[in-house]
Amino acid sequence: MDHPVHECDVLIIGAGGAGLRAAIEASQQGCKTAVVCKSLLGKAHTVMAEGGMAAAIGNVDERDNWKIHVTDTLRGGQYLNNPMMAELHAKEAPDRVRELEAWGAVFDRTKDGRILQRNFGGHAYPRLAHVGDRTGLEMIRTLQDHGIHQGIDFYMEMTCTKLLMDSGRVVGAFAYEREKGRFHVFSAKSVVLATGGIGRAFKITSNSWEYTGDGHALAYDVGAELIDMEFVQFHPTGMVWPPSVRGILVTEGVRGEGGILKNSDGDRFMFEGIPELYVNQTADSAEEGWRYVTGDRDARRPPELLTRDHVARKIVEQIKLGKGSPHGGVFLDIAWIKEKMPNAQEHIKKKLPSMYHQFKELAGIDITTTPMEVGPTTHYVMGGVRVDAESQMSSVPGLFAAGECAAGLHGANRLGGNSLSDLVVFGKRAGEYAASFAKENSSVSVDETQVESAVSHALEPLERDGQGPGPYQIQYALQELMQDKVGIVRLEAEMEEAAAEIAELKKQAATVAAPGNREYNPGWHTALDLENLLIVSEAVARAGNLRQESRGAHFRDDYPEKDKDYWAKHNISCRRGDDGEMIVEAVPVVPMRDEIKDLVEEIG
Amino acid sequence: MSQVEFKVWRQDGATDEGGYQRYSTEITEGMVVLDAVHQIQAESANDLAVRWNCKAGKCGSCSAEVNGKPRLMCMTRMSDIDTSRPITIEPVRAFPVMRDLVPDVSFNFEAKKKIKKFKPRKPDSEDGTWRMQQVDVERVQEFRKCIECFLCQDVCHVLRDHHKHDEFIGPRLLVYTAALDMHPLDEENRLEDLKEDQGIGYCNITKCCTKVCPEHITITDNAIIPLKERVASEFYDPLTRLFKVFSS
Repeated sequence: MDHPVHECDVLIIGAGGAGLRAAIEASQQGCKTAVVCKSLLGKAHTVMAEGGMAAAIGNVDERDNWKIHVTDTLRGGQYLNNPMMAELHAKEAPDRVRELEAWGAVFDRTKDGRILQRNFGGHAYPRLAHVGDRTGLEMIRTLQDHGIHQGIDFYMEMTCTKLLMDSGRVVGAFAYEREKGRFHVFSAKSVVLATGGIGRAFKITSNSWEYTGDGHALAYDVGAELIDMEFVQFHPTGMVWPPSVRGILVTEGVRGEGGILKNSDGDRFMFEGIPELYVNQTADSAEEGWRYVTGDRDARRPPELLTRDHVARKIVEQIKLGKGSPHGGVFLDIAWIKEKMPNAQEHIKKKLPSMYHQFKELAGIDITTTPMEVGPTTHYVMGGVRVDAESQMSSVPGLFAAGECAAGLHGANRLGGNSLSDLVVFGKRAGEYAASFAKENSSVSVDETQVESAVSHALEPLERDGQGPGPYQIQYALQELMQDKVGIVRLEAEMEEAAAEIAELKKQAATVAAPGNREYNPGWHTALDLENLLIVSEAVARAGNLRQESRGAHFRDDYPEKDKDYWAKHNISCRRGDDGEMIVEAVPVVPMRDEIKDLVEEIG
Repeated sequence: MSQVEFKVWRQDGATDEGGYQRYSTEITEGMVVLDAVHQIQAESANDLAVRWNCKAGKCGSCSAEVNGKPRLMCMTRMSDIDTSRPITIEPVRAFPVMRDLVPDVSFNFEAKKKIKKFKPRKPDSEDGTWRMQQVDVERVQEFRKCIECFLCQDVCHVLRDHHKHDEFIGPRLLVYTAALDMHPLDEENRLEDLKEDQGIGYCNITKCCTKVCPEHITITDNAIIPLKERVASEFYDPLTRLFKVFSS
């Protein structure tokens, strides 16, 4: 073979929180572990997570425990979650937080010296362990700095384009490196996908160039099932101005610290139209809301801290009513807290340092004196590879998935703070079970013809002569299409149009040409990423069209109500049929075991 | 809106000499330097290599020298730059160039591996947890803000001008060591390594690193000087040495 072949027991694709945690676990189990990542180590999207990591430690409010956390997660996910994943997550997150501390993470502290926890949307009690508004950085750096002493082999700035198979089992992956464009072959007894999300399928997104649904597409390509793809989370607060930073995240922590949303009339519009499921848990006055964010245990949360799907839709509604801010958002005001506390400016800078700098440096706005302009931004995909709750193995033997590219924990809508804990809880599990799988199964051999076909497939864009649209044009067209027709508010006709246009773009992508050579050629990389983006976009549009109701992050103008019967009991699965076409069908939800069912009835 | 001239460093691999190439592109309100580079890439230099990720000053990938000043391109607004003359954009210079604006920063990853890892004291509580006061963790939280953009390494004359990469770990990794050493739970001793292998003595506290830190970490005063003091009192303080002679 002409290409370097790297042999390992466990191959991890992706080096965010889930990938690093999986790698640490697999290597601790004695497996030779390799990590392939698209960027430099420590730059993955985990670094962007701001607010915190949800774990029912009960340091701030001792009434909290895993039972409340699991019911919060299921309510947030509108009961489409895999209940076993929600349970394992709620039970194991506290240990994963403590483990990070043992590895050197330095969380903010309570007065008695324990890990401090903050309020977040959908969580009944202060539950998010955090470090100011840079919790993701703390997590990724802790895992990275721990991981480099574990004997893990890291392959940075390398992208996997194909999984290699042997008799229905995954046995490795094919990759190219960005610097020289050389190809690499990884032979592995098991593979963990930890590639993150699909944000780049949309025009306005908080995600970086990397998030092109690679893991979703790699898994789909070898026959694994994707579920819940219709559920894409639009974070309610992204920056809207200046244009070049549109979509960059403004942490929910701003609202957790008392930030309020207002329209151009100065009305605090979130008090109107509170969803039935949450009426009893929501403050009915501004005064009660303020008491909640300042720690009054008898107060109920302000409506700004309702779930992200609801807040995003309320913002869109205000903009459509013509009550938006000058640049097409609404106002998020944290400066107002100066009415309530003497040292408000210092308090804001201390609690939200990154937000203070982000607005100061990118928009020229001082958030301690001036309201921010914010609007929804594509943030997270609840859908992903369908996995077994305990092992994180997909329907393909030897193929595991964890973190954002896996599905099940979040159902129809993810609660803020449940992502960082998801990464480490299920990253660890994926690493552990991938290691067991590697030990229990025989060694593998890589099939030369699969590698050769991966090589020619990867080289095609470079070898074609560019007649049609280039890779960037196709990507922009897809992003516009998804933003306009499969965005926050959906309609059957628009989703059907989107699916048809995606099919057209697929044809263009199949003949796309990328000029230049193989060395650090962003046009070529974009051409290869396109196939993944098109697969996940088709899944989002078609699953969205099939689900004829509104639930969680999926809102349809033509079916604005939740269906209490059929769709309350079904997930949507997408997989590749024998003819190569995508099969999109409803599958029954994973039933709750009795104890969880009782909890849901009791706690609500 | 205005048309602005750029001189962008182009270099075809590590062995190529490289040089500036002129481009012109239209600048609109609110754009940052990275937007301008991407626009040039889309319009007239499809194969221009640039490293970036978050575009929000959080990942530290897009470090470069803009008009000779080390900056994160994503956090440098065009409106803050004099556009009456061509704007030069080149890669950071303390490391070899991979291609165009992309430096080979592997030195930093390799050097970090040699620093002794975090070693916590025994848990304070039976449930395996520790107690730390906020005021005691704030010092290391400052260091842990580091986004590893390596701009401090870029301006450090020990690395940039004297190429002491084999003998000196540079400000970023001294901040990393300080974060470990001043961690309230840590019990490891890294002083001999700092003195012997990591070359802390090379730093003559010119504070260039502190000035360029996009996270405003007080690198020299809060991290390097206290480490130097610890090394000095461990190895050079006559009283300590005397005490050691008698106690050994």
